[in-house]
Amino acid sequence: MSYTFRALMGACAVGALATAAQAETITVATVNNGDMIRMQSMMDDFNEQHPDITVEWVTLEENVLRQRVTQDVATGGGQFDVMTIGNYEVPIWGNRDWLMPLDDLSDDYDVEDLIPSIRGALSVDDTLYALPFYGESAFVMYRKDLAEAAGVEIPEQPTWTQIKAAAEAMTDSDAGVYGICLRGKPGWGENMAFISAMANSYGARWFDMDWQPQFDSPEWTAAVTDYLDLMTKYGPPGASSNGFNENLSLFQQGKCGMWIDATVAAGFVTDPEESTVADNVGYAVFPNKEGVDNHGNWLWSWNLGIPASTQSPEAAKAFVTWATSKEYTQLVAEKQGWRAAPPGTRTSLYENEDYLAEAPFATLTKETMDAATPEKPSVQDVPYVGAQFVSIPEFQGIGTAVGQQFSAALAGQMDADQALSSAQQLTQREMMKAGYIK
Amino acid sequence: MARAVTNRRKAIVTVAAWLIAIAIFFPIFWIVVLSFKTEGNAIKDPLEVLTSAWTFDSYATVQERSNYFRHFWNSVILSVGSTVLGLIIAVPAAWAMAFVPGKRTKDVLMWMLSTKMLPPVGVLVPIYLIFRDLGLLDSRIGLVIVLTLINLPIIVWMLYTYFREIPGEILEAARMDGATLRDEIIHVLTPMAVPGIASTLLLNIILAWNEAFWTLNLTAAKAAPLTAFIASYSSPEGLFYAKLSAASTMAIAPILIMGWFSQKQLVRGLTFGAVK
Amino acid sequence: MVVPYPVHSEPERPLMATQHSRAAARLMISPAVLLLLGWMLIPLCMTLYFSFLRYNLLMPGMEEFTGWMNYRFFLTDPAFMDALVNTLLLVGGVLLITTVGGTLLALLLDQPFWGQGIVRIMVIAPFFVMPTVSALVWKNMFMNPVNGLFGHLFQSLGLQPYDFLSQAPLASIIFIVSWQWLPFATLILLTAFQSLDQEQLEAAEMDGAPALARFWYIMLPHLARAITVVVLIQTIFLLSIFAEILVTTGGGPGTASTNLTYLIYMQSLLQFDVGMGSAGGVVAIILANIVAIFLMRMIGKNLDA
Repeated sequence: MSYTFRALMGACAVGALATAAQAETITVATVNNGDMIRMQSMMDDFNEQHPDITVEWVTLEENVLRQRVTQDVATGGGQFDVMTIGNYEVPIWGNRDWLMPLDDLSDDYDVEDLIPSIRGALSVDDTLYALPFYGESAFVMYRKDLAEAAGVEIPEQPTWTQIKAAAEAMTDSDAGVYGICLRGKPGWGENMAFISAMANSYGARWFDMDWQPQFDSPEWTAAVTDYLDLMTKYGPPGASSNGFNENLSLFQQGKCGMWIDATVAAGFVTDPEESTVADNVGYAVFPNKEGVDNHGNWLWSWNLGIPASTQSPEAAKAFVTWATSKEYTQLVAEKQGWRAAPPGTRTSLYENEDYLAEAPFATLTKETMDAATPEKPSVQDVPYVGAQFVSIPEFQGIGTAVGQQFSAALAGQMDADQALSSAQQLTQREMMKAGYIK
Repeated sequence: MARAVTNRRKAIVTVAAWLIAIAIFFPIFWIVVLSFKTEGNAIKDPLEVLTSAWTFDSYATVQERSNYFRHFWNSVILSVGSTVLGLIIAVPAAWAMAFVPGKRTKDVLMWMLSTKMLPPVGVLVPIYLIFRDLGLLDSRIGLVIVLTLINLPIIVWMLYTYFREIPGEILEAARMDGATLRDEIIHVLTPMAVPGIASTLLLNIILAWNEAFWTLNLTAAKAAPLTAFIASYSSPEGLFYAKLSAASTMAIAPILIMGWFSQKQLVRGLTFGAVK
Repeated sequence: MVVPYPVHSEPERPLMATQHSRAAARLMISPAVLLLLGWMLIPLCMTLYFSFLRYNLLMPGMEEFTGWMNYRFFLTDPAFMDALVNTLLLVGGVLLITTVGGTLLALLLDQPFWGQGIVRIMVIAPFFVMPTVSALVWKNMFMNPVNGLFGHLFQSLGLQPYDFLSQAPLASIIFIVSWQWLPFATLILLTAFQSLDQEQLEAAEMDGAPALARFWYIMLPHLARAITVVVLIQTIFLLSIFAEILVTTGGGPGTASTNLTYLIYMQSLLQFDVGMGSAGGVVAIILANIVAIFLMRMIGKNLDA
């Protein structure tokens, strides 16, 4: 026993020394979403191109990841060389010089090919601070077979009234089929992403031009009341703890009639290996309220950024450019088919006939992303940028706290008015504390 | 006649005890079952789950996605390292408290325990800054130190209660025979204290193995133990019960097996002075 | 320290030994004390200092002294009272379940029956399971209303699935935590039962004392010390319950399952408001010390005997 043990130790030590002698190790923090996990299985290609770079993965759930990387970048902890971050963080961090500017990319990388709205969201003064891994807007995914059986038709540009009618028709709780699945799990990137987008499509806004929160406006009341009404009548049980991943799993199991969420989900619900409903998914634009000219298109991307505290900037850059390159898309397509290619970052992907043929959701994804207007998310004037979020550092805290209120309302602990008034109160408190309003 | 009554009573107790034990153990049994199923089968009705095909797929997927053995090895180093270091510091302290009690001994002991009541989240940022400046982030040494410190009060207290039960007369007798302090510790005390130390050691390995706040927040890749390994399976996209079950089984199996094998030693000292 | 010189005819060696061993004892205790003192004081001082600053990690360079502002905001936060109540309910609930359940279970396991070894192994098992794992497993495999085992069970009985974590979040967490700690309580109480004076019990039985009276007047007083220990150790761990809440409910819905530790986590690590989080930390430290003093009193009474 002890001999084997020592031999093992010895082998480990030798192994560690051998790699340390020639290789540079970078630590990549990433979120446990499907596309990132797919990336980890593509690493053979990267290792072949860069035998001198070893990549260590830290894969975490979204909320935990965000806390860990923010803490590390803000304190200059230097634990990570590449961080997976959203387009909410990139401009804020870029402004603070926490991220390495990525302005000298090679011609092969073809920066011009990046989708303009995404590129804009990741730039500060025209300098890129992170490279997009995949991008998304939101749309309606629905079961064509269920809609047909229920005798409803979902138009290409549905209104909330039509969505509600369809949800009612498709619900069959005895069979375990719920008309509509929406996010309910509290979090600024979870239920608040959806509810903010929905509120935008009702003509609501987070703040007026004096940074006064607007939860006491009739638009918010209408949006939240309808959201709760939809979910309590036609939603699945336990909706207040369902986030993106939980809803994806429900939809794949055939338990949802409709699901309004990120466009990136389309690649997963049509995956015949994981999804039981792969052949029956239809798509429609994010709904709007009658008379409001705004489809609440959100804009989100998961990006790879390099913290300024890294010890291995060159290796990190090599990795980041590899993972967001055209060649990577090609590689995924070769190994797992075009449907699996990371969407929403490059114009060239949407000009690729093979992709368009295999991914029925591609055209609509591109259209909704192009239609997203983060600089003017509502029909009313706003002092902030951001479609389903507000681009100020305080938003993470406020959004999550407000999300808790709406989640509590969904769980039946309070009604819409109570949730809205406590949301109003707490947002006012936080904005006062942060010095936006006196 | 009396014999028959005893047997009937024994049978009733047996049934009751087994039913409760099965109920308590069931969740662990269930994750082991689910870990050998496909994702599609893992969410079916319980009866369908049991009768569906068995497979190692989830284990293969988990192993492909994360380096289990490195996390496992880190867990071993952290829990054993912090426990041994803790014992080195705590044994003398507990010995002194038990055999040379002063007026303040009890206060010191209680103060030590009260340090464990402080919420770790409240001091994470200060500790993070200190660790950054000392270059201890994501290092095993740093975590061994933290785990030692957070478990030290428990170690001291457990050893203290155990040592106190060792009759003082034996020591006096040894002293009369001219034994020095060193002799006392090595030849008289240690043999009597071994069961208590063994039990403390086991309990602290368990506590350190399962500690999930500091180990998750102060590590990235190099020093991350199994608690970090589990964190990456907590809610992946799509179906994940089988993968989560496989990862959970892999994370708890080593400590469960160790616990079962050393159960007698663990329980023997796990009295905290509760029994006179 | 002044040591009286032996003037009378006291034998010399024991005193020398005492003096000697007192010095040695102090030397032996000091590493543990100094380390813990450092571990406590350094972060504590930093926390105290931060708690008077306007200090948000996301806005570097804006730190300034703000007096009691952080404390004011923390203490007037409507979530604070909820968190306080939840903390007490959580600790109290788990203590109640584990001590009562543990006593009954220990009483049962103390009887002779077949398969003691295996039963004990099964009962002790939850204590070895990582809190994160047990929370994940209960949340997904059991309490999930659609795919969880309880959901399947409810459906097969023709009932609507019950969503434990959003309808009864705190109770569900109390249940999960109790499952983890029941084995610990049972083990300690079982050891206490086993050390019970059998002759006394038998004598009482001969005298015709009913089972309940024997339990109440003989067993329970004997268990007092063991129960005290269970309460003390568990309180220490239960006050800072965190992982179970983070994994299952995230403190919600609303603040229904937010305890003090989780509230501080939200302030300092979700909002990155280190100043406010530190103020919360200081408040929690003060509250923990009140609990500690209360417990120490209780322990002091029960353990000295």
